[in-house]
Amino acid sequence: MTLTEDEMTQAAPDATKEIGKDRRRKEDQRLITGRTRWTDNITLPGMLHLAMVRSPFAHATITNIDKSAAEASPNVVRVITGADVAEEQGGLPNAWPITPDQVTPNHPPIAVDRVVFAGEIVAVIVARTPAEARDAAELVDIDYDELPAALDLKEAAEDKVLAHPDLGTNKSAFWKFDSAEAGTGGNVDEAIAKARGDGIVIEREYRQQRLIPAFMEPRSTVVDPTGEQITMWSATQIPHILKFLLAAVTGVSESKIRVIAPDVGGGFGGKLQTTPEEFITFLVARKLGKPVKYTETRSESLMAAHHGRDQWQKLTLAAEKDGTVTGFKVELLADLGSHVSLVGGGVPVLGAFMFNSIYKFPAYQFSVQTVLTNKTWTDAYRGAGRPEATYAIERIMDELAAEVGVDPLVIREQNWITHEEFPFTSVAGLEYDSGNYEAATARAKELFGYDELRAEQKRRRESGDQVQLGIGVSTFTEMCGLAPSRVLGSLDYGAGGWEHASVRMLPTGKVEVLTGTSAHGQGHETAFSQIVADRLGVAFEDVEVLHGDTMVSHKGLDTYGSRSLVVGGEAIVKAADKVIEKAKPIAAHLLEASVDDIEFEAGRFSVKGTDQGLAMAEIALATFAAHNLPDGVEPSLDSDATFDPVNFNYPHGTHLCAMEVDTETGQVKMRKYAACDDIGNIINPLIVSGQVHGGLVQGIAQALWEEAVHDDAGTLVTGSFVDYLLPTSADTISFDLDHTTSPSTTNTLGTKGVGEAGTIASTPAVVNAVVDAVRHLGVNDVRMPCTPERVWKAINDARGGAQAETVGAAAPHFDESTGMDGTVDRTTGGTDS
Amino acid sequence: MTRINLTVDGSNVSDDVEPRMLLVQYLREKLGKTGTVIGCDTSNCGACTVHLDGVSVKSCNVLAVQADGHEVTTIEGLAQDGELHQMQKSFRECHGLQCGFCTPGMIMQSVDLLKNNPHPSEEEIRVGLEGNLCRCTGYHNIVKSVQHAAAQGGAQ
Repeated sequence: MTLTEDEMTQAAPDATKEIGKDRRRKEDQRLITGRTRWTDNITLPGMLHLAMVRSPFAHATITNIDKSAAEASPNVVRVITGADVAEEQGGLPNAWPITPDQVTPNHPPIAVDRVVFAGEIVAVIVARTPAEARDAAELVDIDYDELPAALDLKEAAEDKVLAHPDLGTNKSAFWKFDSAEAGTGGNVDEAIAKARGDGIVIEREYRQQRLIPAFMEPRSTVVDPTGEQITMWSATQIPHILKFLLAAVTGVSESKIRVIAPDVGGGFGGKLQTTPEEFITFLVARKLGKPVKYTETRSESLMAAHHGRDQWQKLTLAAEKDGTVTGFKVELLADLGSHVSLVGGGVPVLGAFMFNSIYKFPAYQFSVQTVLTNKTWTDAYRGAGRPEATYAIERIMDELAAEVGVDPLVIREQNWITHEEFPFTSVAGLEYDSGNYEAATARAKELFGYDELRAEQKRRRESGDQVQLGIGVSTFTEMCGLAPSRVLGSLDYGAGGWEHASVRMLPTGKVEVLTGTSAHGQGHETAFSQIVADRLGVAFEDVEVLHGDTMVSHKGLDTYGSRSLVVGGEAIVKAADKVIEKAKPIAAHLLEASVDDIEFEAGRFSVKGTDQGLAMAEIALATFAAHNLPDGVEPSLDSDATFDPVNFNYPHGTHLCAMEVDTETGQVKMRKYAACDDIGNIINPLIVSGQVHGGLVQGIAQALWEEAVHDDAGTLVTGSFVDYLLPTSADTISFDLDHTTSPSTTNTLGTKGVGEAGTIASTPAVVNAVVDAVRHLGVNDVRMPCTPERVWKAINDARGGAQAETVGAAAPHFDESTGMDGTVDRTTGGTDS
Repeated sequence: MTRINLTVDGSNVSDDVEPRMLLVQYLREKLGKTGTVIGCDTSNCGACTVHLDGVSVKSCNVLAVQADGHEVTTIEGLAQDGELHQMQKSFRECHGLQCGFCTPGMIMQSVDLLKNNPHPSEEEIRVGLEGNLCRCTGYHNIVKSVQHAAAQGGAQ
C-alpha cells in the first residue's frame, strides 16, 4: 500500500466508534482492589505443596540420594527422585527442531543420573505446607561427582568440553538462509569481495548478553485430579499449547485435561514454555490423587525459568564508498543452554529474516549455529530473535555512517525502502505490507529536537566537557503476528499459527467473546470489547471477553509474538461477521422483507429504503425464543471463526535516544528518549502507549543494566533481584512518543503488533547513543550492559595508547583471537557466559 | 507457636503463628488476603507492600509476630464503603498497571508517598517508588498515576 503523508496521520477517532478510544481497562477493577486470581492464590481442600531440590552444580553425576531424613521430616508425604519416576515422567517437548538432524538432548523433568545446569531439579518434596516442604528440601542428602562444564559459548561451539558427553557434540543445529540460493537476492560473498576492492567493509562482532525475562509473578502451578478430569491452573502464556503437550507427553487423553491460566502476572516470553515444574506437579497430583501446588521462589525463577538472548553475532557489511549497502552477512552462535526447549532452537531463526531490516540490501546471508552449554536453557524473551537482529543492523549502520562520515539518519535514508515502494519484497524473501519510514523519522526528529541536540553535542565536544552527549538512532522494523501456518510449516515448527474465536449472542443482547489468545497484562478484555462493540453495534459494556481456560475457550494458540490482536482480533472480527450473516435471514423473516434488502449498520438490521428495523438485541432474543424463525434456520446466532494469516505484519518506527556520558567515571544517564512508531491502526491508544513504554524499558535495560552472569563453576551469580538489576522508577525517565499510521494490509482491522516493538527498537538506540557520546575519543563499541566500568574502560583503552582504529576496506580480521579492531572489549565483561 | 492479636483491614484477628512466619505469609495463608502478593525473596520488589500503623512496609520484611498489637492495611482494605481510594482510581485512569502483579504494592507505596509529600515532583515520585519493581509499564504511567492522584488531592 502506498500512503501519502496526509494519509499517514490517523483521522480523529469517530466518537460513535469504540475503536480508537482511550477506554479504561475492564481488567483493572479486580487488579487495583486485590481481588485477583493468581495461581498461587488458589487453595483447595487437602492440597499438598511441593518444594524442589535443585542441583548446585552445572554438570555432575548423581551418585547417591539419601532421602530418609527428608521423609522423616514433619508432614512430609513423599520424596520423589528422578530415578523413582524415570519410566513415567516422560521428557519435555521441543516443538521446533530447526533442522532434521538437530541434536536434541532428552529433557527429563527430574534429573535421573546426571545434572546439566545449576538449578536443575533433582528431587521433589511433597508436604502439607509450603514451609514444611522447603524445610525437608534442606534435608535431602545428595552425592554428586562434578564433571567439567561447558559454559563459554564460543568454547562450547568448539566441543572442548561437552555439555552432554553422551551426544558427542555441543553443536545442536546449523541453519542458514542465503539470498542467492533462495533467489531473493545476490551473492553476499561476492558483494563483500568487491567492497574490499573498491568500497567499504565493516566487520564487527557483537554480544547479545544473556537476559532473564523476570516477569513479576513467580511461576505457579496447581493441579487438581478428579475422577473425571485433571485441572491445571498455571501461570502460563500458553494454556492451549500446554494442554496439548501435557496430553502428548503423559498419554492422558487430551479431553480429560483442562488448563486454566487465571490472572497471569507478566510473561514477556518467559511463560511461553512447558516447564519441568508443570509436568512434575501434574505427575505428583495424579500419583497421589490429591490437589498439589508448586510456587517457585524468585531465586528459583531467576535460576530455572528460561533465560533469553545469549548470542555472539559476527557481522560483515559491504557498501559502496558513498554508504550504499551492497551486502550483509550474519553469522551467529546462539547459546541454547542445557536443553533445546519448547521453541528455544527457533528463536534465532525468528530473527533470520530481519537483519536486513528496513533496508534495500542486494545480497544477504544469515547462518546460526545453536550450541548446548551447561547453563539454564534459553528460549523466547520479548522480541525473540528480532531484538538481536535489530541490534546488529542498527549498531552496524551507525558504524557505517561513522566510516562514511555522515549523520546516522542520512545513511539510513540512503538505504531504506521508500514509502512508494510498498508492498516490498525484502532480500530475505518477506513481503513487507506497508510503512513510511520517512514520515516516522520526521516526526521522531521533531519530538526529539534532533537538530538542537546535535548542536548541543557539538558544543560539548568543542568545549571538551567532562559530560559528553550522544545521540542514538534506531529505525527498526519487525515481523510480527505469529504466524502464517504455511510459513511455520516451511520452517519445521511443530504447530500452526492460526487463532480461534467464538462470539455468543446471549438472549439479553449481551455478547460473550471467546478468544484462544491468553492475556497476561495486555488488556485483551478491553481492546477486544471495543472491536466487537463496533462490529456488532452493541455497547462496550455489554461485551464480555473470556479467555485463558481451555474449557471455556476450547481452541487456541495463545499469546506471544505480538499476535493476539493481529491474528486473534481478526478471528473475532470474522466470528462477529458470521453472527451478522446468521442474523440477517432471521431479521428479514421478522421484518417480512427479502434477505437481499436487509442492511446492517450500527447494531441495527433495517429494510433498505424504509425506517423499519430491529436491533441486534431484538434478533438475539427472537432467536433464543425461536418461536418464529424461518424454516431451516437454526435457533442460534453463535459463531466460530479460525483465522490463519497469509502474511506477517511489519510495524516500524524511529527511536531517538540522547545519553549523557561522564567521561571521567563512565556513568551514563538518559537525557531524552523520543519515538514515533507505526503500528497501523490503533484500537486503544492508551493500551498501545503502555505497551510501548514497558517495551522500551526492557530494551533499555538490556542496553544498560541487565545481564545474567555465571561464575566459572556455572553458578548463576545474578540469582536474586539484589544482583539481577531490573530497572526501577528512579533509573528511568518519561518518554516522548507519537505514532504515524500505515494500516496493515494483512488483516481487515489494519493493525500491527505492538507488544514487542519497544523492546526491539530501544536497545540499539541506547547503545548507539552511548557510543556516539564518546566516539570522538576513539570508542566504537561498548559491550552491553553499558555499565560505568565498561564505558570507563572503553574510554580509557581508547585514550591509553591504541589509536582508535577506523575500519575501512580492511582485510578480514575475524580470526584474530582478540576479536577485531577493538570493537569487542573482552577485558571488560564479567564471565562471558 | 505464638499468639498474636492485630487489626487487618479494620477487622480484629487473632491467631497462633510460628515465630518465623512472615507477615505476608500470615496475610495470604492464614487470612486469605491474597491481594497482597509475593514477588521476590530479598525484599527488592515491593509487591507485598502494606501499611503498618499507616506507614508502608514490605510485608516480607516483617514477621507476623512483629505486627502483634498493630494495625495492618492491605490493598483489600484501601477502598472505603465500596468507594475506591483516589490512588486506585488514578492507576486505572492513567493506565498505571498492565499485568497488575506489582499493583497492590505500588498503590500502597504511592499512598504512603503522597501522605508524606502531597505534591511531589516527578523526581520525588520516581525516588519514592524506587523500592517497588514493575516489569510491564516502564513506570511512565505509574508516575502519571501518582501525579494524577496528587492533583485530585489523593493524599487522604
